[in-house]
Amino acid sequence: MSNIPTDLQYTKSHEWVRTLPDGSVEIGITDHAQHALGDLVFVEVPQTGRKLTAGEACAVVESVKAASDVYTPLAGEVIAANTELASAPERVNADPYGEGWLLRLRPSGGTTSPELMSASDYEALVRAEGG
Amino acid sequence: MHGIWRAGLPPFLFLRPWRAARPEVRMGRRTPLYELHRELGARMVDFGGWDMPVHYGSQIEEHHAVRREAGVFDVSHMCTIDLRGEQTRAFLSRLLANDPGKLRRPGKALYSCMLNESGGVIDDLIVCYLTESWFRMVVNAGTREKDLEWIRQHAQAFGVSVQERAELATLAVQGPRARELTTRLLSKEGAAAALALEPFNAAEVEGWFISRTGYTGEDGFEVTLSAEDAPRVWRELNALGVRSCGLGARDTLRLEAGMNLYGSDMDESTHPFESNLGWTVAMEPASRDFIGRAALEAVRAAGSPRTLVGLVLDDRGVLRSHQKVIVPALGTGEVTSGTFSPTLERSIALARVPFGTAGRVQVDVRGRLLNARVVRPPFVRFGRPQIPLQPAENPS
Repeated sequence: MSNIPTDLQYTKSHEWVRTLPDGSVEIGITDHAQHALGDLVFVEVPQTGRKLTAGEACAVVESVKAASDVYTPLAGEVIAANTELASAPERVNADPYGEGWLLRLRPSGGTTSPELMSASDYEALVRAEGG
Repeated sequence: MHGIWRAGLPPFLFLRPWRAARPEVRMGRRTPLYELHRELGARMVDFGGWDMPVHYGSQIEEHHAVRREAGVFDVSHMCTIDLRGEQTRAFLSRLLANDPGKLRRPGKALYSCMLNESGGVIDDLIVCYLTESWFRMVVNAGTREKDLEWIRQHAQAFGVSVQERAELATLAVQGPRARELTTRLLSKEGAAAALALEPFNAAEVEGWFISRTGYTGEDGFEVTLSAEDAPRVWRELNALGVRSCGLGARDTLRLEAGMNLYGSDMDESTHPFESNLGWTVAMEPASRDFIGRAALEAVRAAGSPRTLVGLVLDDRGVLRSHQKVIVPALGTGEVTSGTFSPTLERSIALARVPFGTAGRVQVDVRGRLLNARVVRPPFVRFGRPQIPLQPAENPS
């Protein structure tokens, strides 16, 4: 069964969102997602300063078998990106909620969205997908 | 050797890597090792109607295990067929594009395509000469039904019996230490007999049918044995340090080895000369009238407009099947198989391109044109790179 930390919010498209004390948010892909993808071989993160709209593709994670876009559920400006993943994409597999984070965003419209769900709702979604 | 990787369209994956096998929804066919794969923590996927392990945790680590030590694959889904009758060699001479006349010593195996009348590839296979009235053939899993139908249809005139051996299991043990470790499970005499096998030769040893063949570019054996024995042998191999490997690693290993995958790199709409398989077609002796011969002679006379080449990507990214290849001055082609090569740490591919394609090309990778070079497969053999990893200083 996938690891689904209860202190994060999740999307239907398998991203997680962590609200940081300063009001910014951190985004990554879930344990279920990294497991479905298999060993990652390339990760592309956005430039710092890029302004994103909600639902926009903001990163690419590519595994041995497939490439996938990562979407931001929140609008805002990229204030940091995990560029270390360029040389160590396996960190997303090993630690998807920690060292495998993808980007940090300063939200322009708050940290809530109808696109975000709780850990228990996400767990139900993963179970429904057979994961 | 068959490519039916199912792809669905889940929310965030525009191309989902594997469809998880979901027994409650659909039950695929299972090999005698199915329960063991589950027990070993395999991620199971649908492969041509079979529930097969794609990896047991890390596809890349499994890949490296085969290049550096040894790994074991369940290939029981492939179809073993015994052909019996006094006219079997004459039958195969008609059925196959390669010449079974090359099989002189019992135990010798031959790789060949089986063609339709238009020269299209019905399947690729290995046939082994056991006695003058007994040859054993192994064909792909996903083509089992159509192959059996085709073979039976043509065997009739030669009085050859066609028996599918679905009750057997096959383990592919591959890697530089594969033969040494596998033969530890045999008696001293049996081990000596197995170790004496030359490449592309097979023998029956202590109830196992052992063939020194594989699909990885490494040395090793393919062992066909009873379904009851297979799980025990797998565990004993694990205990000796042979790593369990799934179809994911099998695919990256075969592509590094420059070996074609049926259904991806060739099928009934392509002939061997445009599939880098001309070396497997025996046009001599000219008197041998194999199925597809007339069509291939016409192709050879006219010249094939397309060819299958190897590509290595110099930019970051991963080549995938169906991506468009842009060849300066000659036109366009298509990637037939692409992957990230764990050994070379860059992307490699096979691509069908206009005849004469050489040097540098570009590939449309998700809307971006990336730079690739044409190379001659194999990319990797016996653990070592076989291609230049950097572009030449002065490209021609």
